[in-house]
Amino acid sequence: MDSGLQYFLQFGAALVLAPLVPGIINRVKAKFGGRHGKPLLQLYFDLAKLFAKGEVISTTATWIFSAGPVISLTTVVMALALLPLGGVPSPFAFRGDFILCAYLLGMGRFATVLAAMDTGSPFEGMGASREALFGALAEPVLFLCFLSLISTATSMGMKADFSLSMLFNGFALDAWLHGRPELVLLTFVMGILLLVENCRIPVDDPTTHLELTMIHEVMVLDHSGPNLAFILYASAVKLWVFCSLFAGLLVPVLPVWAQTVLTFGVIFAAAVIIGVIESTMARLRMHIVPALIGLSGSVAAFVLILTLVR
Amino acid sequence: MFSYRSAIDHADVPNVPIEALRGTIIDYCRNGWDLMAFFGIPVDGENGAELIAVLGDPDTHTLEILRSLPVRRYPSVTKECPEAHLFEREIFEQCGVHPQGHPWLKPVRFCRSAGDGQRPGPAQANYFHIEGNEVHEVGVGPIHAGVIEPGHFRFQCYGENVMHLEIQLGFQHRGVEHLISTLPPHAVLPLVENIAGDSAIGHATAYCSIIERLTGTDIPLRAQILRRIALELERLANHTRDLGAIGGDTGFLPTSAWNGRITGDFLNLTSELCGSRFGRNLLCPGGVKWDADPALCQSLIKRLRTAYRDVRGSVNVMLETPSVLARLTGTGCVSHETAVDLGLVGVAARACGIDRDARFDWPLSDLESPLLHVRTEMEGDVRARTLVRSLELDDSAAQTEADLQRLSYMEESKIAADVPNLPAGKIAVALVEGWRGILCHVGVTDDDGGWLAYKIVDPSFHNWMGLAMALRNEQISDFPLCNKSFNLSYCGHDL
Repeated sequence: MDSGLQYFLQFGAALVLAPLVPGIINRVKAKFGGRHGKPLLQLYFDLAKLFAKGEVISTTATWIFSAGPVISLTTVVMALALLPLGGVPSPFAFRGDFILCAYLLGMGRFATVLAAMDTGSPFEGMGASREALFGALAEPVLFLCFLSLISTATSMGMKADFSLSMLFNGFALDAWLHGRPELVLLTFVMGILLLVENCRIPVDDPTTHLELTMIHEVMVLDHSGPNLAFILYASAVKLWVFCSLFAGLLVPVLPVWAQTVLTFGVIFAAAVIIGVIESTMARLRMHIVPALIGLSGSVAAFVLILTLVR
Repeated sequence: MFSYRSAIDHADVPNVPIEALRGTIIDYCRNGWDLMAFFGIPVDGENGAELIAVLGDPDTHTLEILRSLPVRRYPSVTKECPEAHLFEREIFEQCGVHPQGHPWLKPVRFCRSAGDGQRPGPAQANYFHIEGNEVHEVGVGPIHAGVIEPGHFRFQCYGENVMHLEIQLGFQHRGVEHLISTLPPHAVLPLVENIAGDSAIGHATAYCSIIERLTGTDIPLRAQILRRIALELERLANHTRDLGAIGGDTGFLPTSAWNGRITGDFLNLTSELCGSRFGRNLLCPGGVKWDADPALCQSLIKRLRTAYRDVRGSVNVMLETPSVLARLTGTGCVSHETAVDLGLVGVAARACGIDRDARFDWPLSDLESPLLHVRTEMEGDVRARTLVRSLELDDSAAQTEADLQRLSYMEESKIAADVPNLPAGKIAVALVEGWRGILCHVGVTDDDGGWLAYKIVDPSFHNWMGLAMALRNEQISDFPLCNKSFNLSYCGHDL
């Protein structure tokens, strides 16, 4: 099987399985709370239901409001297409594609923020401002992660074109096992980024109904029907993107099928871990969130320094 | 001055000039007395109302009732005695008596004024407004995201910081006080039990006490014990639910989910007593309607122990989780001074170090309560309010178990005394520690033995302003958590 076909099979699998991740998180949380919980496939049912529905659009909203969900879904799917999804490099990979990936995600966030502000609701304005702040803080941390990996690769004498497909494809674990233990700290950083970027506890509470405390959820309050389905699906795919980056640090180079299975396994395991974190931890007060991101940033900077001094 | 359990003749409370009433309120409040109620009774023929103030000294268990000559306007006492602020607004709204110089005279509820036509609805009132380029205003409600009661909250924010929160209620106004004085007696109790649906037993106890004190009825010992059991079960159920809700708002799932279930267990105990999970139709003037036989008592004890063990464990999990404590500590502080000035009551007051608890200050009966304690904390933050609730759970469970034991070994006897008709021209006051705080009912009978006035002061009436103060300089994202830690009643306030 040629690698392009393999990649598209993995890509398709990722798109199909993405809504399963929130389902797993919800099941874990339900078990901790002693509840039976929603069905594992609830998000699939919700998406099907929403696509069949009509949409209500505020009379004060403009085309920006409707464009937001479409842009955020498109950008996040494009970002996913740049990632190695389990042993096969992306056919779209090119030198420095991680910058494109980061800003595709940033563009999706920008579109969501604009759509939220377009409604003129004070709640959504508040949510947009929080999302913009935390997004801006999280971005340099992500780049510090990328830089640390690249720095490790150059210090190990690799002279490849550095792309996501190279850095997140078994490289990290390999380098770690070859005397670069500092890279293990990156999994911690990536784990925090995963929680921050996907608005999970302790940063945001995806299940709350309290508008004043929400970050991401409050921005999409006015969306309904297919556009809400786009948003829900986009956030599931975004979760998959970050889980894949996380898995990319932990999964070694293996035969393609084994690496694929292991990557997907790590992604689902990450979902379980997120569920456990959400079940055993309270949210942080909002003004402490920047400190958490700052913590992950300093760890990432520490890793970068360690890789440079060698 | 008189003992709080007796009714006094209307004639023993002479009309004094308003200056004297004003001076007494200010004096007494400075000396540690509490303003329990302050209201007007419109006077026939004249345009105005006589004002009645009920003051209480918890240390000596004595009450003072003052009555003024009819007035149309008077100098406000709010500036000297801030805890009167909402009472004066209410008097202005209900009787058209103008407290001159009141700092913020606006409607309390939607009420048609006694004098000049109709006032606007609650949300159309004036609000504090802060201006500036970076100041923004957030309005929440009266329709909320959750299934809760309606109320309008207006935040003046600078970024995420709340500079001022103004709470406007009144959407639930049903005219309860007016209905009580006009409905036939048999229809009043169901109404009283719905003043605040979560305090059905508390309000029913207060109403029944008013009737008993006015008529001089002594209720049987068995009924006293059953009433206390019901009141403490109500406290257990509501504290359990509040603790779960606090867990839920911090995003701490396990306690939130578990307490939701355990609340039902406590409610079901009340249901075993009288068939209603909220204790409706349990009390009646003169005693209680339902008895508990020894077998029922023993089964209740068993279930109470299980439910208490569960809730203790569930709450301990929350209170031992560092992230929850970090979230609760220092959030929504109310200082001791503010709490005293505003006359906060109940859990919110005890969390600020005010050791007031009507179960000790104004006991309903001569029953001893060795297992109950006044639980206070000093910090006045969300954590303090959580801890007070958590400690009160222990007390209430222990006392209820002891009461059930005692009941099961007592000989069966009468559970209700006969209540004669209401006497003419008397005043009685009932003070009951509901689970939120002190409930005050004041009953005034007219010359025919009907109600001249019936006044209800729910703890929420005192405490809503405390919530507004707790939010000063806090983050707007902390509002829901602060709100839950107070968990005040909208309909108890709106009446």
